[in-house]
Amino acid sequence: MKLHEYQSKRIFARYGLPVPQGNIATTPSEARQIAHLLGSPVAVKAQVLVGGRGKAGGILIARDAAEAEEAARQIIGMSIKGLTVRKVLVECAAEIGQEMYMGIVIDRTHRKPAMIVSAQGGVEIEELARTRPDAIFRLLIDPLRGLMDYQARNLAFDLGLHGNLIRPFTTIARGLWRVFVDNDATLAEINPLVITPEGQMIAVDGKITLDDNALFRHLELSEMRDVQEETEAQRQARQADLSYVKLDGDIGCMVNGAGLAMATMDLVDLYGGRPANFLDIGGGARANKVAAALRIILSDPDVRAILINIFGGITRCDEVARGLLTAIQETSTPVPPMVVRLVGANEEEGRQLLAAADVITATSLLEAAQKAVALAASQ
Amino acid sequence: MSILVSKETRLVVQGITGTEGSFHTRLMLDYGTHVVAGVTPGKGGEWVHGVPVFDTVREAVQTTGADTSIIYVPAPFAADAIVEAADAGIGLIVCITEGIPILDMVRACQFLEDTGARLIGPNCPGVITPGQAKVGIMPGHIHMPGPVGVVSRSGTLTYEVVKALTDRGLGQSTAVGIGGDPIIGTSFVDVLRLFEDDPVTDVIVLIGEIGGTDEERAAQFIAGEVSKPVIAFVAGRTAPPGHRMGHAGAIIEGGEGTAQEKIVALEAAGIRVARHPVEVADLVAECL
Repeated sequence: MKLHEYQSKRIFARYGLPVPQGNIATTPSEARQIAHLLGSPVAVKAQVLVGGRGKAGGILIARDAAEAEEAARQIIGMSIKGLTVRKVLVECAAEIGQEMYMGIVIDRTHRKPAMIVSAQGGVEIEELARTRPDAIFRLLIDPLRGLMDYQARNLAFDLGLHGNLIRPFTTIARGLWRVFVDNDATLAEINPLVITPEGQMIAVDGKITLDDNALFRHLELSEMRDVQEETEAQRQARQADLSYVKLDGDIGCMVNGAGLAMATMDLVDLYGGRPANFLDIGGGARANKVAAALRIILSDPDVRAILINIFGGITRCDEVARGLLTAIQETSTPVPPMVVRLVGANEEEGRQLLAAADVITATSLLEAAQKAVALAASQ
Repeated sequence: MSILVSKETRLVVQGITGTEGSFHTRLMLDYGTHVVAGVTPGKGGEWVHGVPVFDTVREAVQTTGADTSIIYVPAPFAADAIVEAADAGIGLIVCITEGIPILDMVRACQFLEDTGARLIGPNCPGVITPGQAKVGIMPGHIHMPGPVGVVSRSGTLTYEVVKALTDRGLGQSTAVGIGGDPIIGTSFVDVLRLFEDDPVTDVIVLIGEIGGTDEERAAQFIAGEVSKPVIAFVAGRTAPPGHRMGHAGAIIEGGEGTAQEKIVALEAAGIRVARHPVEVADLVAECL
């Protein structure tokens, strides 16, 4: 789960990391009041969960309260990469001497958290990794021991910092590590970490991604979820515990298992069709979950044919069939042609249940994909 | 021979009294696996399908000589169960559980580094040596003994490939599901090394997917150190970047982890990559 910048900064502040003073506004007049209280030039920043806000015009600098109101008027309601801006962060604009980068991620290969720093902040770290790999320093952290002071100091010296900057840097590094560990983050990032002309360090932008699998022990964090950034289909999928990703094709897919779901999409593509979605019902899905999954596909106006591929094991084919029938029977709109392939546990029962329904059955994966592609093309 | 599990395996089931643990213990026993013990803290002294239940893994190991563990413990407690097994001297730990917090796994892996225990998974279907032992949740009947070693990050996709192999009369030496999480105990390279040294494995099938760079490292390893033919398949050519595709580990991040990159790396290492799961069996047949 991604957090907004303002949410990330609130967490940073709790750990003593230096963030600009500011507050969140949902209307231009609120933005004006906040800027007035801050009494200095402010940055007005769109709060949406995508990168590239600055390039899209979602970050503006205002010299006074009136300008802040005007900036908020421009930004609130604008669309950035398909997401509507509903909130802006209004905060003191920092004077920038130097921009650095500091982030903590999970290094999959080494199975450890890694702290990444660079003296070249303000750009995306992936971009920097491609263009200036020599400007990036990487430290693997022993998760049982944590980030040690000397390790943070080493990074500071790697970056060429000296004098009065060493201590604030190590304090921020240690604070960011605590943010990462205490909140079960998979990403905690300060970019840019600014050094002002006076030699102060400030986290001017921040990003935290939380581990969805650990939210059960952070109920206060799970309440930070911005449901307005979810589509209706995404919300339904989350509530039914389904993995769903909307794509731009016209063949709705429902599969058990993530790898098989991807392979099924790829097969549709191989035969010249285009998948409308990724949808994994997981292992051992019961009829009600299958019905919820089919409802999501049926509510997608782009879908012209449906492909259901179930390899039964802990998932039972008769349960799947029952779920499909439930969703088909209750829908008031016409159901697009549906190809169903059931193999494995209770496949005979499943096929018998579907015999009366208006669905096309297939026994092999290739046959099922070919039929679905042909049906979508003929619609 | 075969790798990891065999007729000699003495299995302890952690979480044996739960719904999943009990159900799959029945199926593993039916397959012929030597399930010698179960563990559920607080339920020591009970029996499940004729298997004695202990309060601790340590007690189970001392009493029954268990050497391999399978974990069906719920996600919030699963990492603790992994460390408990390693601490009790278990050499091979297979963790089925999906949804374990990443930092729990990172800490458990750090601990395992110091003990020498091998972890398969988490979020995996387990390991099966057809005709000998099934330590997992895969449907046993689709497998048959033979010369093909299978290693995969996926569950049902592996079943699809195994079924295609079996349908063509191509049996398997061992099939290993290494798991769909970003942090897993055993990588492709680890399993490739075992298959390379296994005298009954003649061909290796590697089933990858988007996310991470494990397939790329496997390609490099195969080019340098694997003499047996390897056939690969990579799922997720049509997956968009930035979205988690069901598996916690299946995500293209920062332009890294695409199926195309993995396919290119594998082909550059001289490995034939199938276009779909059924074609894997066709390509394997050409090797034998």
